[in-house]
Amino acid sequence: MLRQIEGSRAVAETVARCRPEVVCAYPISPQTHIIEAIGAMVKSGQLSPCEFINVESEFAAMSVSIGASATGARAYTATASQGLLFMIEAVYNAAGLGLPIVMTLANRAIGAPINIWNDHSDAMAVRDSGWIQLFAETNQEAVDLHIQAFQLAEELSLPVMVCMDGFILTHAVEGIDVPDQSDVDAFLPPYEPRQVLDPSDPISIGAMVGPEAFEEVRYLSHLRQLDALERIPVLAGEFTESFGRESGGLLHCYRTEDAETIVVALGSVLGTIKDAADARRAMGERVGVVGITSFRPFPHDAVRSALSRARRVVVVEKAFSVGFGGVLSTDIAMATHDDDLTIHTVVAGLGGRAITQHSLEGMLVDATNGRLERLTFLDLDHGIIERERDRMTATRRSGPSAENILRDLGTVASRIG
Amino acid sequence: MTSQPVRFYQVGSFAVGNRLFDKENRTVQSDPHRSNSLDSGHRACQGCGEALGARYALDAAMRATGGQLIAVNATGCLEVFSTPYPETSWRVAWLHSLFANAPAVATGVAAALKVKGMQDVRVVGQAGDGGTVDIGFGCLSGMFERNDDVLFICYDNEAYMNTGVQRSGATPPAARTATTEAVGAEPGNVFGQGKDLPRLAMAHGIDYVATATVADLHDLEAKVERAMQFHGARYLHILVPCPLGWGSAPNDTIRVARLAAESGIFPVFEAEHGEVTAVSPIRHREPVESYLSLQSRYAHLFGEHGRPDIVARIQAIADHNISTYGLLEEQAVGTGSNETSP
Repeated sequence: MLRQIEGSRAVAETVARCRPEVVCAYPISPQTHIIEAIGAMVKSGQLSPCEFINVESEFAAMSVSIGASATGARAYTATASQGLLFMIEAVYNAAGLGLPIVMTLANRAIGAPINIWNDHSDAMAVRDSGWIQLFAETNQEAVDLHIQAFQLAEELSLPVMVCMDGFILTHAVEGIDVPDQSDVDAFLPPYEPRQVLDPSDPISIGAMVGPEAFEEVRYLSHLRQLDALERIPVLAGEFTESFGRESGGLLHCYRTEDAETIVVALGSVLGTIKDAADARRAMGERVGVVGITSFRPFPHDAVRSALSRARRVVVVEKAFSVGFGGVLSTDIAMATHDDDLTIHTVVAGLGGRAITQHSLEGMLVDATNGRLERLTFLDLDHGIIERERDRMTATRRSGPSAENILRDLGTVASRIG
Repeated sequence: MTSQPVRFYQVGSFAVGNRLFDKENRTVQSDPHRSNSLDSGHRACQGCGEALGARYALDAAMRATGGQLIAVNATGCLEVFSTPYPETSWRVAWLHSLFANAPAVATGVAAALKVKGMQDVRVVGQAGDGGTVDIGFGCLSGMFERNDDVLFICYDNEAYMNTGVQRSGATPPAARTATTEAVGAEPGNVFGQGKDLPRLAMAHGIDYVATATVADLHDLEAKVERAMQFHGARYLHILVPCPLGWGSAPNDTIRVARLAAESGIFPVFEAEHGEVTAVSPIRHREPVESYLSLQSRYAHLFGEHGRPDIVARIQAIADHNISTYGLLEEQAVGTGSNETSP
């Protein structure tokens, strides 16, 4: 049943129906509404049994989750941005220990300059941590991915991060179907740990491993991610059977069959990209869209197959590797292995800048006409950059760039569009 | 634990042999059915105070809980020497995650046990001084503040020994470490720094805080047992000499620990709900020189170019402890002459 509900609230209710036993909370925008709502549900007894723990940092949030999961409890937490970076050591550790923790990442930019709005820099920072990373395109998919995430995590003993765009999804109120408790119970069996701290059968978890075995242990993690690559589409199919709608899977294709130009992206921007593709199609251009849902493990074969008939690929990324370029683009290039295929990286939407259909269409026209460079920053204000570069050349003590640029713009963080 | 006054000592060192005790008052280690939580075969150095302290503390906790125990370990010597893959010396359910997060991981274990209705299973977190007073302090303070049901034990050897003897927030003044070398006008670690973790723990208002040394193992076991009678956050700070880092002879570990207590440089006490409730009185007061001169980390204070001025400053710290905690027998609360209640 569709209800008008905030994305965060819908995710919180869904997570509660997955019956987590230990939930850690540390506030950071834009995930805070999720843990607030879960906290209220635990406090009222609506979610029980569950231990809701207000910790002193994100590092502790993940660490408490590690202890709880290793003791056989279903553990959940949520974070974003700086919070994810503050817990990063424990993020790697959870994956290394093979603990099936589920975490929502309400994607947000990373400072400095400090910025609370959406992009994907946080998710990219833990790309290599060993977590499964699933990106939701819509709030409905965010809800549905959480149910699949617990199932996937516990089946494979791997942690899963559900990435949903901060504010754009977390704070959007729209019609969302939060599955019934009975349906979730039928889909998601109780957690049966592969390893557990048990005084009656004491084991040591977290031993030191030297060069003689470290590579094998790490390779095993890789194999389990490859297992996830097999399981994710199957799980999505089972989800469709149980809940009657399609959500999840490795990737989503939109009008790609005859497309010459295919735009690839992660997350909520795919909606705007599809609108732009429709508009270009109306103008006679053959444009398609591929949305990657499973970023880690990366679906090489499915991507290659989806892009096999395209002449050019435009990867729209809300993050980039400074001093290099696209992150997702590199993965796409590895997957396609096609020298005749032109791959463009378009970095867009950093720090919450709106990615408009107008700008995307302009970019697509450039791509079709061969005017799009290999690496482009959408809607970049070159004049502002030049002014700051001149200042830096003219004066040694030119001051902090972020403040200089804001002064040039004559605005204080009020114009985010 | 029942207690028994002891009027005679086995040796001049004031160590109390098990045979002087009634059977029920003997140490856990004297029991052939003890749990051997930290079993033989590990790779600790000869004379390691931490291995000794951990063995006694965990076996006492195992006895107190009827074997229903889960241990969470921070990264450090104790973790490294006990679990070189694929071997382990632990005969308790044991989890190592990271250096800084042992208190939080322990909270997670306790939360999981609570939610599953398994509160008869108890949780011990353990770390060295670096993992407790420095890098792990944020998580430890959070665990204390929330009053999570965890006994946290710090094995304090007063520096980062696992990485090669670097200074920590528990390194005492004038001590030489690899990052506070015995050179310059103020050789060794500086005065006026460092954290008094037992006091900080007490300031959190938790139920039970105690200090102990590996010189008095009856006392150590009794404190673990006492700690296990509380539900909530508890803290035990154990002084564990490190022959490698302190430059003391491996066969002097107990002696050095005893001198730390008998000189007053390391006050041994118990506190409940933020108030000191008992101290272990000094029976034979020693000058700090007796303690310092056994350790090469203080070698620069003695000999031809010695620094009696610095020794005097350390003596002043010991004197201050003695007066603050009432450590001399005539000052001590609730103790008769020449008696101890282990």
